[in-house]
Amino acid sequence: MNQILKKEKLAENIKKITIEAPEIAAKAQAGQFVSLIVDKKGERIPLTIVESDRQKGTITLIFLEVGKTTFKLGKLEKGDNIVSLLGPLGKPTHIDRLGTVVTVGGGVGIAEVFPVTRAFKEAHNDVISIIGARSKNLLILEEPLRQVSDKLFVTTDDGSYGQKGFVSDVLKELLERQTKIDLVYAVGPVPMMRVVCEVTRPYKIKTLVSLNPIMVDATGMCGSCRVNVGGETKFGCVDGPEFDGHLVDFVELQKRLGQFCRQEESSRECCRKK
Amino acid sequence: MKQERPQAAKQDPKERIKNFDSVSLGLSEEQAQAEAKRCLQCKKPLCVKGCPVEVDIPAFVKLIADGKFGQAAEKIKEKNNLPIICGRVCPQETQCEVECVLKNKAAPIAIGALERFCSEWQLNLQKHSKPKTNVTEGGNKVKLAVVGSGPAGLTCAADLAKMGYSVTIFESLHKPGGVLVYGIPEFRLPKSIVESEIDYIKSLGVQLRENVLVGKTITLPELFSQGYKAIFIAVGAGLPQFLGIPGENLDRVYSANEFLTRVNLMKAYLFPEYDTPINIGKRVAIIGAGNVALDAARCALRLGADESIIVYRRSQKEMPARLEEIEHAQEEGVKFHLLTLPTDIIPDENGYVKALKCLKMRLGEEDASGRRRPMPIEGSDFVLGVDTVVVAIGQRPNPLITKATAELKTGKHGIIIADEKTQATNLKGVFAGGDITTGAATVISAMGAGKRAARAMDDYIRRN
Repeated sequence: MNQILKKEKLAENIKKITIEAPEIAAKAQAGQFVSLIVDKKGERIPLTIVESDRQKGTITLIFLEVGKTTFKLGKLEKGDNIVSLLGPLGKPTHIDRLGTVVTVGGGVGIAEVFPVTRAFKEAHNDVISIIGARSKNLLILEEPLRQVSDKLFVTTDDGSYGQKGFVSDVLKELLERQTKIDLVYAVGPVPMMRVVCEVTRPYKIKTLVSLNPIMVDATGMCGSCRVNVGGETKFGCVDGPEFDGHLVDFVELQKRLGQFCRQEESSRECCRKK
Repeated sequence: MKQERPQAAKQDPKERIKNFDSVSLGLSEEQAQAEAKRCLQCKKPLCVKGCPVEVDIPAFVKLIADGKFGQAAEKIKEKNNLPIICGRVCPQETQCEVECVLKNKAAPIAIGALERFCSEWQLNLQKHSKPKTNVTEGGNKVKLAVVGSGPAGLTCAADLAKMGYSVTIFESLHKPGGVLVYGIPEFRLPKSIVESEIDYIKSLGVQLRENVLVGKTITLPELFSQGYKAIFIAVGAGLPQFLGIPGENLDRVYSANEFLTRVNLMKAYLFPEYDTPINIGKRVAIIGAGNVALDAARCALRLGADESIIVYRRSQKEMPARLEEIEHAQEEGVKFHLLTLPTDIIPDENGYVKALKCLKMRLGEEDASGRRRPMPIEGSDFVLGVDTVVVAIGQRPNPLITKATAELKTGKHGIIIADEKTQATNLKGVFAGGDITTGAATVISAMGAGKRAARAMDDYIRRN
């Protein structure tokens, strides 16, 4: 069960794995995620389903090695099994023919915008993708995204590739040039999503963000993933993971993401020593 | 002379708050036998009427009195598929024991302690005898599905398997047991015991599939099209309730479900050996006074809190927790701020909990629940300095399956509406029971529903 069939290194600390998961593959839609446990003493973490292949019965995940669990996941090889895999979870993205859709991905968030970008393209939208990373060697999925976008913009913080600056800069330029945009869809670090929402707010363009709060069961039972959306508490796992970015309290989200920082730090350290 | 009930040995409170081992160590053989001999063996036993799963109590007590401990355990298992669990967590004081005729003259028979004693005695012998399967005509090889592996689901599955059905349980978490593994702490119900009870149920031929979320991974119509002839939904009440007061999303504010799931299911008390962390401070406030609240309060002490404080808006008399658990909590040093209503959770400069703003309450007229309604006392607000808050004010039915199955009829707070006698829902071949149909209740009432559903499902299969 849950055997890793393929493993690829996309960039420093970013890995892509394809897992045998026929039941999940049969159901997965763009925007959904899985909850997984790497080994017997592991924690449960949510990861976006980047691709799913119904015929082959496989799903593909892309992750940044950032904590103990993702480091352990990155150490697994082809042929290894993941102890537990649950999905597909969360509400799928509502895909429709809207006109022009801009998808914005930052860092490993690029992996998460990929399935949504493709789905919007398949629904006959004009799709503009803006992807960005800190520098060239951390940029992922440029080619796959180019294939499912009418236009693709690339930024790097240090200017080592594409336009120097942030994804939000490109979005701002598009809006200043009065590009007609019907929907913006953004995934990436919290500060990036926050800035993207601030950029689109004056233009009143609907902006969806896919959030990645801390989850335990990821089925609506613990409430660890609660997010303040327009003054209401929502559960990221079952009410999300997508929300109207103009209503999300990003400051609270960022704080809640840091809730276990000290523990995570010590956990990662003892993982490294092993 | 009024005879007292035997007292099971307990771990010293000072020691036990440093570990997650069992608090009560159970009766000795001598104690159990002596207690069993007190039973009057009533011709018309009232105790059995108090038992939601109809255990033949006088018969198993007699077997203990005769020193036939293994046979006593088998006698219980004829009706109760989870005897050790019931022996430990059932509220016997309001069910079988409250009916015992001895209660007026002396203390009622310690039925729960005896149930636990003989079942654990048998478990220790590792003699999980294979029960005789009673194959019903036409029932054999018929595939039935049970959704959820908590007390209701396990009971229903075991009863159906005993009737000869081919039963598969679908569980969304990575471990079976439902609230028995994610909710009730190790020191009240060791997980090895839950595992051995589930092993017993598997030995009856029940298949268990973890990591399947019915409603997402697979839907009810898909289960039918895969050949399952009837489905029992027992997904429990796991939706945490919050107070809706300012500050509830601050760091170190947990729902009881999150707090207990991290500690029990994910074993955060063994962090960093286990990967799931828990972050608590030194003064923990638990809001609510049910069994779940007390479990959280006692876990907090074991995780190293200096103070663990129950904050409850009514008085001790109205506390929904079992008396035994309240006593255990008091022995361990859990503090009780009763007639206290939290109104605000106050943050420190880093967004963590700094204090709980509260109001003092007094009891007014009786409300719909028959309990006196708590009323705020004007100008009585005060600040309780705490750095962690656990909200334990109840759980509502899990909404996932009902959201995914729009035709399924639901009632107040999203419970699935099921017939009281048959647990049948409005959908053909779909039955439901346990907390999903009642809202959060007890392990044993869920088991009773599982038993009724098994009988009704058997009946349904025979008729269709």
